[in-house]
Amino acid sequence: MADLRIDLAGIKSPNPFWLASAPPTNSGYQVQRAFEAGWGGAVWKTLGEPILNVSSRFAAVNFNGQRVAGFNNIELITDRPLEVNLQEIYETKKRFPNHAIIVSLMVEPKQEKWHEIVKKVEAVGVDGLELNFGCPHGMAERGMGAASGQVPDLVEKQTFWVKEVAQTPVIVKLTPNITDITMTAEAAARGGADAISMINTINSLAGVDLDSWNTVPHVGGKGAHGGYCGPAVKPIALNMVAECARNPLFNVPISGIGGISNWQDAAEFILMGATGVQVCTAAMHHGFSIVEDMIDGLNNYLDDKGIASVMDLVGRSVSRYSDWGDLDLNYKVVAEINNDVCINCNKCHIACEDTSHQCIDLYTESGRPMLKVREQDCVGCNLCSIVCPVDGAISMVERKSSIAPMTWNERQSLISNFAK
Amino acid sequence: MVPIQENAMTAQLKRNFVEMNSRMTKNEAIEEANRCLYCYDAPCITACPTSIPIPNFIKKIASSNMKGSAMTIMDANPIGASCARVCPTEELCEGACVLNASTKPIKIGHLQRYATDWAIESSVELFKKGQTNGQKVAIVGSGPAGLSAARELSRFGYDVTIFEAEAKAGGLGSYGIVSFRLPNEVVDWEVEQIVKLGVDIKTNTTVGVDISADEILAQYDRVILAIGMGAVPNLGIEGEELNGVHDAIEFVKNTKIGTLTEDLVGKRVVVIGAGNTAIDGATCAKRLGAEQVDILYRRTEKEMTAYQFEYEFAKQDGVAFKWLTAPTKIIGDEAGKVVALECIKMKLGEAGADGRQRPEEVEGSEFVMEVDAVIKAIGQTRFVSLIEAFGLQHTNGVVDIDETTMQTSNKKVFACGDVVFGNGQGEAMVVTAAQQGKDAAYIIHEQLKKTSEIA
Repeated sequence: MADLRIDLAGIKSPNPFWLASAPPTNSGYQVQRAFEAGWGGAVWKTLGEPILNVSSRFAAVNFNGQRVAGFNNIELITDRPLEVNLQEIYETKKRFPNHAIIVSLMVEPKQEKWHEIVKKVEAVGVDGLELNFGCPHGMAERGMGAASGQVPDLVEKQTFWVKEVAQTPVIVKLTPNITDITMTAEAAARGGADAISMINTINSLAGVDLDSWNTVPHVGGKGAHGGYCGPAVKPIALNMVAECARNPLFNVPISGIGGISNWQDAAEFILMGATGVQVCTAAMHHGFSIVEDMIDGLNNYLDDKGIASVMDLVGRSVSRYSDWGDLDLNYKVVAEINNDVCINCNKCHIACEDTSHQCIDLYTESGRPMLKVREQDCVGCNLCSIVCPVDGAISMVERKSSIAPMTWNERQSLISNFAK
Repeated sequence: MVPIQENAMTAQLKRNFVEMNSRMTKNEAIEEANRCLYCYDAPCITACPTSIPIPNFIKKIASSNMKGSAMTIMDANPIGASCARVCPTEELCEGACVLNASTKPIKIGHLQRYATDWAIESSVELFKKGQTNGQKVAIVGSGPAGLSAARELSRFGYDVTIFEAEAKAGGLGSYGIVSFRLPNEVVDWEVEQIVKLGVDIKTNTTVGVDISADEILAQYDRVILAIGMGAVPNLGIEGEELNGVHDAIEFVKNTKIGTLTEDLVGKRVVVIGAGNTAIDGATCAKRLGAEQVDILYRRTEKEMTAYQFEYEFAKQDGVAFKWLTAPTKIIGDEAGKVVALECIKMKLGEAGADGRQRPEEVEGSEFVMEVDAVIKAIGQTRFVSLIEAFGLQHTNGVVDIDETTMQTSNKKVFACGDVVFGNGQGEAMVVTAAQQGKDAAYIIHEQLKKTSEIA
């Protein structure tokens, strides 16, 4: 049994799987059910001035028959009175003292407002705070959420105000609706954030109904942009986590969020620098019990790798993530087709022929259709192996180069040296 | 060049007994696993006699947590690798799958095999013996029920001894289920898992010969009787002693041990009875090279007790069915070898006490079939003397039990599996036997835990 306990900026939880601030963490009833199912922590759905919600709130994007490849919502922060939430947080923490309860907060960008809510929330006994600078809809129109999260100065200033009074660790949750997330991450760090979490949802419109011409979802015939999450956003989130993790100006722990559906996704975020992960869409799709395989799978993975603690996995791939200019121009892979495994769908051929480098030939041998890669023309783009539907039919294999490794940056500096 | 032909024939027969269903490829398994809806309160779990958390093990295949998947299966069912192959899944989990109502059910049996095959091949350790509590349990019989009880008791910390009359442990799995459905390696692995938990399996040990029932009762804190059923009873007609008359159970057993004989190549074989064992006998005969195999049944297709999929399978194997036909006499030649079977046509009459229409002979409809072998598959006898040696109450060889506790008339003795199946009590499936074995283990643990707590 590997040790799955994590310590994120002083917040301890029995495993790295937290529920993200969202509909699943709306009430004490839900959070307690989640802890019973095995979740290590929960970020309570954002507290602030209670708001009004609309009816018809979620929409999903299905892909080729698979439901919920992506998920879109226009639900806002909590619509329940602050006192009710605080009472339930208190009761939940009392019942589950070893689980992490972090409370998400969002108020107007005013010092006294932040001081007031931080004190009230910490008074009931919580393990940490998460500042919601990411909600992309509704609250942003009122100058909160993503509206303040898109302005580095506002992120820094509000984080600072919170840190003036906070006794517990402060996590700043960042919006991805920005050109370079490291700018706001750095601002949060300057403001004194103990950790950052990312990503919040991405501005989205799930679809348009081709019969009614209404947006999906719509509220009485009218729609507004929502926030996109679920499996489809994982690569975007993973990159943002990795960019922050490898940023030398920035040195606070990261809580990874964005399309994490199973232990494998979680392990990828952890390898890329997240100390723990937060999950929402997968739980909304399947219920809290999915955490059982997350815990079991991660534990078996760590045991297989001979890693005693999940904390030893954090960031192990960060040094392998770099800039394009640091990649070896002389490294070469080529596609290799195993005709014994190939089922002759010819998708590799047409993908290469029409859209890549025209290097996969069709031919017949003793009447049998075959495919072969002309290695001298193959650029190692991977496309054929991506479209191939059969495991083991196409492998990308390394071809040792006779030329020494050289990156673009090294090449450019050599050229400029010659020019001197 | 006779020897070469013989070799080719031997090779052909061997191929006929290789497992028929192929394993899912990884692609297939992942695709199918991702099709599972992961229902809440899933009906497939309810339909499984051992309550395997099916959506969980399938989700773990989807996430490539293969060890977790195998653990989930084997934790709920100690013979989960066998059940993946022999369960009538369309009557159980797959029959209950909610997707029957919209698309097509998840191939649960195949996925279960995919996960347990992984465990077999990776030789990973799944379970550990519990801390020894010093209490001893004897189990008579190492079939599905006995093995399941042993596995659970060992995990609780009991010292478990199994007494097995045969040379190999596994019971029905090792001797009774045709190899082309359940290869020996699968059962061998399940037995090995249980031996690794410290269970002492004494094979070649017949209770009543090598050790008496009284000795077992005296030496162990609790006893579980999981002895299954015995040979096929006599037909009660002339000629049963002839050379070429087989007991279906023995007949199948011979295909599982030792080499496959070529005695039936090109021959005509008749199987009497139309249950699942009759189908096994018939399909084995066909795969041993018999030219013509007929199943004789005194009732009709409607009344036959074989599963529908077994019936379809037999037809695909080329087995013919003669309904409303009963044997009256087996005819032999001077050397005492079967040459023909005299039969009579039947019709269905009034319903009997069991509610089924009783078959009646059609006067003057006798006819003779030329046959080379007759396989009897009209049910199984009971090990009555062994049951009585333990002093247990029984009804026609079916041990009387309290169905909630699996306890027999001797409170120290529990019974499970086929030995309690019959007269409207229990179920004959392998998976039910496995669950009964678990149940017996849990109740023994409940009782002994209490006594040790009091002490």
